[in-house]
Amino acid sequence: MSMSRRDFIKSQALAAATATATGAAVIPIASAAPAPGEVRWDKAACRFCGTGCSVLVGVQNGKIVATQGDPDAPVNRGLNCIKGYFLSKIMYGADRLTQPLLRMKNGQYAKDGEFTPISWDKAFDIMAEKWKAALKESGPASIAMFGSGQWTIWEGYAASKLWKAGFRSNNLDPNARHCMASAVAGFMRTFGIDEPMGCYDDIEASDTFVLWGSNMAEMHPILWSRITDRRLSHDKCQVHVLSTFEHRSFDLADNGMVFVPNTDLAILNYICNYIIQNKKVNLEFVKKNVNFKRGETDIGFGLRPNHDLEKNATSNGYPGADGKPKGDTGKSEPISFEEFAKFVSEYTVEKVSKLSGVPADKLKKLAEIYADPKRKVVSFWTMGFNQHTRGTWANNMIYNVHLLVGKISEPGNGPFSLTGQPSACGTAREVGTFSHRLPADMVVTNPEHRKHTEEIWQLPDGTIPDKVGLHAVAQSRALKDGKIKCYWTSTTNNMQAGPNVNGEIYPGWRNPAAFVVVSDVYPTVSALAADLILPSAMWTEKEGAFGNAERRTQFWRQQVKAPGDARSDLWQYVEFAKRFKMEDVWPAELLAKKPEYKGKTLYDVLYANKVVNKFPLAELEKVNGHAIQGYMNDESKVFGFYLQKGLFEEYAVFGRGHGHDLASFDVYHKARGLRWPVVDGKETLWRFREGYDPYVKKGEGVRFYGHKDGKAVIFALPYVNPPEMPDKDFDLWLCTGRVLEHWHTGSMTRRVPELHKAVPEAVIFMHPDDATKRKLQRGMLVKVASRRGEITARIETHGRNKPPVGLIFVPFFDEGRLINKLTLDATCPISKETDFKKCAVKVSRA
Amino acid sequence: MSAQHPGRDAVVAKGWLRAHKWLLMRRSMQIGILAMFLVGPWFGWWIVKGNLAASRTLEVLPLTDPFVFLQMLAARHVPEMKAVIGVLIVLGFYLLVGGRVFCSWVCPMNVVTDAASWLRRRLGLKGGHAPHAATRYGVLVAVLMTTALTGVQVWEWVNPVSMLQRGLIFGFGLAWVIVVGVFVYDLMLAGRGWCAHLCPAGATYALLGRWSLWRVAANRRSACNDCMDCFAVCPEPQVIRPALKALGQQHPVILDSHCTNCGRCVDVCSQNVFRLGSRFNRSEQ
Amino acid sequence: MNVPAKPAANALRRRFLKDVAGAAGGACLLALGATVYARQARALPPLAIRPPGALAEEAFLGACIRCGLCVRDCPYGSLTLAALGDGVVSGTPYFTARDVPCEMCEDIPCVKACPTGALTHDLHDIRKARMGLAVLIDQENCLNFLGLRCDVCYRVCPVIDKAITLEKRHNPRSDRHALLIPTVHADACTGCGKCEKSCVLPEAAIKVLPTRLAQGASDPHYRRGWDEKAKAGGSLIGEQVQLPVRGLEETTVPGATP
Repeated sequence: MSMSRRDFIKSQALAAATATATGAAVIPIASAAPAPGEVRWDKAACRFCGTGCSVLVGVQNGKIVATQGDPDAPVNRGLNCIKGYFLSKIMYGADRLTQPLLRMKNGQYAKDGEFTPISWDKAFDIMAEKWKAALKESGPASIAMFGSGQWTIWEGYAASKLWKAGFRSNNLDPNARHCMASAVAGFMRTFGIDEPMGCYDDIEASDTFVLWGSNMAEMHPILWSRITDRRLSHDKCQVHVLSTFEHRSFDLADNGMVFVPNTDLAILNYICNYIIQNKKVNLEFVKKNVNFKRGETDIGFGLRPNHDLEKNATSNGYPGADGKPKGDTGKSEPISFEEFAKFVSEYTVEKVSKLSGVPADKLKKLAEIYADPKRKVVSFWTMGFNQHTRGTWANNMIYNVHLLVGKISEPGNGPFSLTGQPSACGTAREVGTFSHRLPADMVVTNPEHRKHTEEIWQLPDGTIPDKVGLHAVAQSRALKDGKIKCYWTSTTNNMQAGPNVNGEIYPGWRNPAAFVVVSDVYPTVSALAADLILPSAMWTEKEGAFGNAERRTQFWRQQVKAPGDARSDLWQYVEFAKRFKMEDVWPAELLAKKPEYKGKTLYDVLYANKVVNKFPLAELEKVNGHAIQGYMNDESKVFGFYLQKGLFEEYAVFGRGHGHDLASFDVYHKARGLRWPVVDGKETLWRFREGYDPYVKKGEGVRFYGHKDGKAVIFALPYVNPPEMPDKDFDLWLCTGRVLEHWHTGSMTRRVPELHKAVPEAVIFMHPDDATKRKLQRGMLVKVASRRGEITARIETHGRNKPPVGLIFVPFFDEGRLINKLTLDATCPISKETDFKKCAVKVSRA
Repeated sequence: MSAQHPGRDAVVAKGWLRAHKWLLMRRSMQIGILAMFLVGPWFGWWIVKGNLAASRTLEVLPLTDPFVFLQMLAARHVPEMKAVIGVLIVLGFYLLVGGRVFCSWVCPMNVVTDAASWLRRRLGLKGGHAPHAATRYGVLVAVLMTTALTGVQVWEWVNPVSMLQRGLIFGFGLAWVIVVGVFVYDLMLAGRGWCAHLCPAGATYALLGRWSLWRVAANRRSACNDCMDCFAVCPEPQVIRPALKALGQQHPVILDSHCTNCGRCVDVCSQNVFRLGSRFNRSEQ
Repeated sequence: MNVPAKPAANALRRRFLKDVAGAAGGACLLALGATVYARQARALPPLAIRPPGALAEEAFLGACIRCGLCVRDCPYGSLTLAALGDGVVSGTPYFTARDVPCEMCEDIPCVKACPTGALTHDLHDIRKARMGLAVLIDQENCLNFLGLRCDVCYRVCPVIDKAITLEKRHNPRSDRHALLIPTVHADACTGCGKCEKSCVLPEAAIKVLPTRLAQGASDPHYRRGWDEKAKAGGSLIGEQVQLPVRGLEETTVPGATP
């Protein structure tokens, strides 16, 4: 690559300038444009999990020809897992969607029609027609959108504005609801503020790692090799792994524990009991920083209200006989430390060992590492805790443990909730695309939060509805019940990933009352079950930003054009907004408060609002010229301003000064990702502790400033049985999950031939004794059935996962074997996150 | 009589169909057996699995080829019972119907060598030199000895008989070269050279055919008009003379174990001299 | 009639002898040719793997009658019956791991199908099969040697954690990640070839080879001290006297007796 002296000086000066301005590491990328045919390298974040590995993307002749791990990236130092290794192939599957497809019969839309190519114009025509009809006839509650933690930050933000402000519907939820809603609810309940206090640097600073329902060896492979390295290079280091079946992470475990599903709740209480009994409570810390509360317990299981378990539940929040909600699932009463001690005292090692099936000595070994004041502990968890009918509790209860001993918010000590999607944190949580959330941890039910949001968005008072919208599972049910008329999903594949596909999701989508639009890049099972398919741009076909599990925000530039007529989701939302006059969507009395909006379109009000459209096209070159000369992205070109920057800067206003400070847009385009809060040009690695967190004042030591009194909460919560357990008809537990080679529903990874070859189909992992008992053998095609559906798949008794007797594990990546036909749509009643980890099934010969 | 067109008189006398009766039956049998092996891989109807070396019919009946079995024993391998039962069944069958019935009714190579022979007659080719008919026994001994010496079944590397059928069922590879080689050899160098002079498998079956019950007899030899058509078509012409011309025997039954019971002599005889029947029926008309 | 027959009989006898000699010579030549050809073709190509339970190659070639029943009974279509020119002895069964590996059926139908025992009927546990031995042959291109987290070969191994383990090493380049090195153990590897099949590289970095090519041998004149000690449950020479070190009396020296 050649570079003139002037260019060099310019790039150095720029790098120096940004480095001083932000105090953060920036990448001095050479600015010379590569000669035609030469490979141009630029940075991006990996498209897959929440780890947030950085890659460099090589573009040649308008195509991504190669990728490499960024050797200087702090997360992965040039490494990738096998999915990241194949990033350059995920966009080039043979069946990319390149034009809108509408179900048609005789030239007209028909629910039972055949998919027929149409123009974007036609697609938006029919959508606008359906939307307007629904809004007119049934109101804003009859339209809903299902998004994702794979949305870029501005896509989620644009969607949130369109829905909550434009259409005035809170029926917007991300698939992150299936993924880490329990973590969110846990954070909010315990700390009053979302997202982990620590970061990945904890790994190199800790002595002990405890995995609670997390198979990091396969699901966070690069973090796992960091943990492995710590275990190797640090004498004292121990790894404890808890799961309902033995998986790859047990390979490194000093103390591997397989427990009976749901008894993690009892184990957590036992640890607290052990700490208290052995007088290892960090009394000073607890006194200063912790309140104790007893949580509501009879809160149901998030099933449909007519389910027996819900009829009997006293505090599930569902309408009772009198029409009023029965209690509040999240309610709690203050208690004393002594009351908490008494509450957990029944969780003795004998009782919990019997309940959980984990030998007493292993439980003691686990409790001891939390209790030992000389030992630093990081607890990691993912779906084992979150996809749990008591997921919020499980999250609360791990904080109980860390708070009791004060092992939190310092290097090497802390509870760490990992995420499974690349921007579960950045988009779903921080932007607030949940049905109850607004940006920066605010909620729709809080009038002040709504007011603040309306101010920033320049909306009249009362624009944002005050009722929590429909969450993921509720959306499926409402579709089936005919309550949702228009439904739009994007960057997600709920027909494969959602629970109880047979019972709820498929009947809902094919309900003639509903018009279902799927924006996707490949013909997934969801796309094929829709009425209208919109072809989307993916990953580096658009400018994007993700936020990973350690609060690191990473940006990338558009590198290549999307194929055919495929367009980014961002373009789709902003362009679609042009189809609505304010009179179509807002009632006259609301519009009367802002008469200047009369006659305008949603586009004018939401996006051309003088803030979002503040940055002219010249900015694109100014911000990005150091990396790509003459840089332009497709959305800006269409709308005539730097759309992404405008959206980001408007969005960033929410968090700045509120504990969620993001750096300026331009800096992110020059840095390898920064961990928020970014204050005074510095990243934050540990929150809530003086010296690390700018929000904790000198002399305060630790302050959990999410709650007004600066204290976190320890919750007294009991063990309860899950809603469905094996019985004589359905005698096995079913746990679902992922494999390293495929990501989620496999829509990208299964189109990479090498990954498909490595793991071509989902198998049923089963204990050899369970197979023998049913006269089955390894490799045999068998039928696995629950009360809701059945699939056939081959049996694996000696594979990577080794379930105990009585439990099977089936991955969900395989669209040929939709295991979610079997799963139960029970959720945590607080977080509304589905429990994909336990229901009752049986296995027999196919 | 016509050396190039034997059987013409028979067609005139008996009609085409009767003049090809046994030939048609043999071809049907050969194709039928092959088809039973092929409907499995082609259509998934598994009647017979394997090939002529060893097979399993309807998942129960095992059959094993005696010549291959012999080679395996020569290689000092002690087989499983399945192979032993299979070979006993096959031995029993051919002891009854005549060993070389395999050659003319089952072996797919027969079609190739018959074709070569037909063409050689048609073209009136006379050249070449066929080795002595006993060479096949020499080959058989040599095959078994080298197998015993090396411990591996060397003959099976080149055996055209097993290779052709296996090729048809499992895929040819370069096996067609060997098949074409045999065809060219029979056509250009030695009439009936392979089957009647060299093939050790045929030799093995010939040894089995000594006591078989099913035989060709020239029971109307008095009607013979010496047209020589039977000699022209017979793959082992030396077997006819004793029965037809009463050379060294009185009765009209062909007892030579090299006779393959192909029935072609019956077909081509316009005088209906021959018939197929029991070896004990020595009556004459 | 007798008299003139004599010279004819002589001539006949002479011709007969000549023919027999010719026949014997021809037969010998044919057999010899076949033997030489067989000798040359006998060496199995390194990537052709015999089905489970196959006798040692020499014995296998004596015992296999090329019937293809094992091929027919393989439920995964892994096995091929070699055709002439495949490089494998014509008519014998084999599989190429990179194309279709052995799926290690628990009931081993291929062995049951074999009428002769060329696939030995003594094999009852498929995990005892030794079709070949996997070798991580290209450490320069293997992604895990580079520090990436591929380890597909490890996770697809049907004898995972025994036949292939991940040996952990520090990655000095990244300085914070471990290298997880796939390591094959000959005492458990069946040679099924799932690892080779699944290797994501354009040319597999791990390959199943015939054991004779894949494995070295240890020499009994040298023993591994640590192994012997572990086997014996303690030092082979019993406890030895060890004196304290002046100035370091309190320090425990590793291995020192109190």
